[in-house]
Amino acid sequence: MNTIVMASSPTGPDAGAGSGPTGAGRTRSEAPRAGAATGKAAVQAAPAPERTEPITARFETALQAGLRAVLPPVVGMLLLIAVWHLATLGGGGIPSPGQTWQAALVLFADPFYVAGPNDQGIGWNVLASLQRVGIGFGIAALVGIPAGFMLGRFALLAQMLNPVISLLRPVSPLAWLPIGLLVFQRADPAATWTIFICSIWPMILNTAQGVTRVPQDYLNVARVLKLAEWKVFTKILFPAVLPYMLTGIRLSIGTAWLVIVAAEMLTGGVGIGFWVWDEWNNLKVEHIIIAIFVIGIVGLILEQTLMLVARRFNYESR
Amino acid sequence: MSKKIVQIEGVGQTFDTKSGRFTALRDIHLDILEGECVSLIGHSGCGKSTLLNLIAGLTTPTQGVMLCDGREIAGPGPERAVVFQNHSLLPWLTCFDNVYLAVERVFGAREGKAKLKQRTHDALALVGLAHAETKFPHEISGGMKQRVGIARALSMAPRILLMDEPFGALDALTRANLQDELMKILAATGATVVMVTHDVDEAVLLSDRVVMLTNGPAATIGEILEVRLDRPRERLALAHDRQFAEYRAAIMEFLYQKQLRSAA
Ligand SMILES: Nc1ncnc2c1ncn2[C@@H]1O[C@H](COP(=O)(O)OP(=O)(O)O)[C@@H](O)[C@H]1O
Ligand SMILES: [Mg+2]
Repeated sequence: MNTIVMASSPTGPDAGAGSGPTGAGRTRSEAPRAGAATGKAAVQAAPAPERTEPITARFETALQAGLRAVLPPVVGMLLLIAVWHLATLGGGGIPSPGQTWQAALVLFADPFYVAGPNDQGIGWNVLASLQRVGIGFGIAALVGIPAGFMLGRFALLAQMLNPVISLLRPVSPLAWLPIGLLVFQRADPAATWTIFICSIWPMILNTAQGVTRVPQDYLNVARVLKLAEWKVFTKILFPAVLPYMLTGIRLSIGTAWLVIVAAEMLTGGVGIGFWVWDEWNNLKVEHIIIAIFVIGIVGLILEQTLMLVARRFNYESR
Repeated sequence: MSKKIVQIEGVGQTFDTKSGRFTALRDIHLDILEGECVSLIGHSGCGKSTLLNLIAGLTTPTQGVMLCDGREIAGPGPERAVVFQNHSLLPWLTCFDNVYLAVERVFGAREGKAKLKQRTHDALALVGLAHAETKFPHEISGGMKQRVGIARALSMAPRILLMDEPFGALDALTRANLQDELMKILAATGATVVMVTHDVDEAVLLSDRVVMLTNGPAATIGEILEVRLDRPRERLALAHDRQFAEYRAAIMEFLYQKQLRSAA
């Protein structure tokens, strides 16, 4: 979760090493003092003056808290790079972190070049993949969310469709690709179709679950007021289901981003998945590693953005 | 004699459960008169909420007839406003909007926006929450939420106010405050109230009649106590009132001697 933070703060480790031990020392020396005060005479309001320490001291504790949050992930990342480095010491096909970094500098110097239909910068490839995900996912949302509402509202429909969904949901998305190719006759819509079919299930299921979990109390309010169907939907059903819907959307986007890479490897064209495959054919392994990082970071950003949105609409915990 | 608002005639309620049919209520005969405050009291699980939900129309009885203003109760409606036990405010609406939703539904067809807003202001002011209009339910205390629930119910200008343990979840001080305020509001509006409670003092203090239910299953009305204390009633004065103590004792006797739980 915090990977982005540490990736962008290379000064972290130095600063952390400097003040980390001091932080530990402070807390250790403070704890017994507080204990002694309460032990000897609870009547004396001893801790009060200590609370109003100068601003700089408070700033220091805030800094320490921040470091304590940032330090472990940074160490984890460094560990990953160290292991990676050690693994490449003995030679073999995997490029070292240093080599990869050099290649990345070159690559990101011009991410948006175009040298023909099958040779474009990594920026274009990422954008092409995002566009496919966006279209496939968008259509899935347009179909899946209303379908989820229907399924949640009408038990008979749910009974009818649940077995169908249970049967289709575990199917690997790539198994749907040939069907897409057959129906659309072209690679691009087939990839979009694959995204659609794999990202629709979480949205249907979570929305439906949200509808069945709307508290009976809220629905009783609607019944006592005899609210019109439309009012029930906009004032009660939709806001109550929204958090569940957002969970579905988040899961869907995650799956879609997982699947697009695989789908593009098979369909070709422009896209990060195809790019990975192309670089494999060119035997530029450091580019594949860069792509892995790029895919990971983009996925993380998508997920975190939706988490932020979801937090905004979480009424219970506010 | 006052007009009968609600008539309950030979009403019973059975539930179909996994372990077979369960009779919650049987042979309930009760009339609610205009302007009176009636409490339903009984041990937990005896069927108080079930009876209140029947009057609200949220459920339909399996036996007997229920009338409101002479017409059969076919479902819930805003003329029988409900104050739910756990306030049931919509968490995504402000206090104002929670009440406005009800006001708009009841008066929206006849009155303009300004009038509707005025009604909402008035309802919230009545429960002393004019200052909290823009707050969301999660930003106010439990007692305030319950007041908003009462304001929402009163804002509908209902024929009868149905309250299911309205103060049950509150601490003793807050509860006493709200009871006093409710008495003032009822005196001012002349509202008819049916209230579920398990608090003996609350029942005597607020009610004109206390309906005591026997233990379930198949609970029915055991006794009805008429509380003839003058209004306005003062909590402190009544604490030493002999008559108050007698009413209290009568209910206690019913609950803890005649209806002592054998299982509990
Ligand atoms: N929908 C239902 N289905 C089955 N049993 C119910 C249902 N509602 C209430 N009951 C049962 O009826 C009895 C009375 O419940 P209730 O009216 O909630 O009691 P209380 O007096 O505490 O409000 C309880 O035994 C309860 O389990
Ligand atoms: Mg109850």
